[in-house]
Amino acid sequence: MSRDIMKLENRKQFREGVRDGMPIALGYFAVAFSLGIMAKNVGLTAFQGLLASFLNNASAGEYAGFTLIAADAPYWEMAVVTFITNMRYLLMSCALSQKFSPDTPLIHRFLVGYDVTDEIFGITIARPGYLNPVYAYGAILVAIPGWALGTYFGVVAGNILPATVVSALSVALYGMFLAIIIPPAKKNKVVAVLIVICFAASYIFTKADIFAGISSGTKTIILTLLIAGGAALFFPVKEEEEGESAHES
Amino acid sequence: MNHNIYIYLLIMGGVTYLIRVLPLTLIRKQIKNRFLKSFLFYVPYVTLAVMTFPAIVDATSEPLAGLLALIIGIVLAWIGANLFQVSVACCVVVFLTELIMRYI
Repeated sequence: MSRDIMKLENRKQFREGVRDGMPIALGYFAVAFSLGIMAKNVGLTAFQGLLASFLNNASAGEYAGFTLIAADAPYWEMAVVTFITNMRYLLMSCALSQKFSPDTPLIHRFLVGYDVTDEIFGITIARPGYLNPVYAYGAILVAIPGWALGTYFGVVAGNILPATVVSALSVALYGMFLAIIIPPAKKNKVVAVLIVICFAASYIFTKADIFAGISSGTKTIILTLLIAGGAALFFPVKEEEEGESAHES
Repeated sequence: MNHNIYIYLLIMGGVTYLIRVLPLTLIRKQIKNRFLKSFLFYVPYVTLAVMTFPAIVDATSEPLAGLLALIIGIVLAWIGANLFQVSVACCVVVFLTELIMRYI
């Protein structure tokens, strides 16, 4: 009996994952498509582009990796640059580690860890209560093919999609981010103010000349440490408050 | 080219996977420290906000289109539209804005 209920619940979670994975796949396809064009330019075949995307699921990381391939850089340099450009996932995984129920078998942590991207992280962390890994699998199974095939077709057919369509699709991912961060900001004033501060700080970091040498991945890390750290120091969350606002969306 | 592309790809994939999986598998207990808990509570909002702006404005061919998408996306999310709706609305806003701007 309880087994059947669990099965039903898992099926529902999986369907919700697939549903939330759709817009991600759409946005991924567009972003990966432009990544594929870049892969082609550095001499990768369509299969190698596909493989790179299956193994990495990381836009900035892959972009940086491709430039190193083009430069025929040493292997150790590839390892270091990949680590730096993808370091924000380290922070995300730390946060996500707290979303797993203590009863969840370890294997799920290995599997979900395969695809902690900005987007998958965003939707999984926004789930109410503990994360059911099945939800993440639903989303990942739709999102990954979008990402990998986007890269593949980018290499094969760089210029088939009109520029206007690529431009429009490129904001799909940002729209999703907004849908994740805005609803909690409605209920939690600290989060609302933080978002405004983040926008301003991120704008300054991106546009000011003195920060020109800092990559967008590094910018994300520095600002996350500073702003989230400051907020935690001055506005530590109470137990109940955390339960309310973290798990609504 | 002196280096093997497949070895490059394996290094990229291996390092990326370790970054993601080590925290997930090593931190299995619920963190009790209040500062750390609060920090991790704020991390998602801060990271996603930092990544959204000004990137959304720079992603489109016309910055104005990205800006409108940002504003309409915020409004829609505020009044309760779901993930998919906000996401598609942003795309449509950009597409229409850039279409209109071409004829002005």
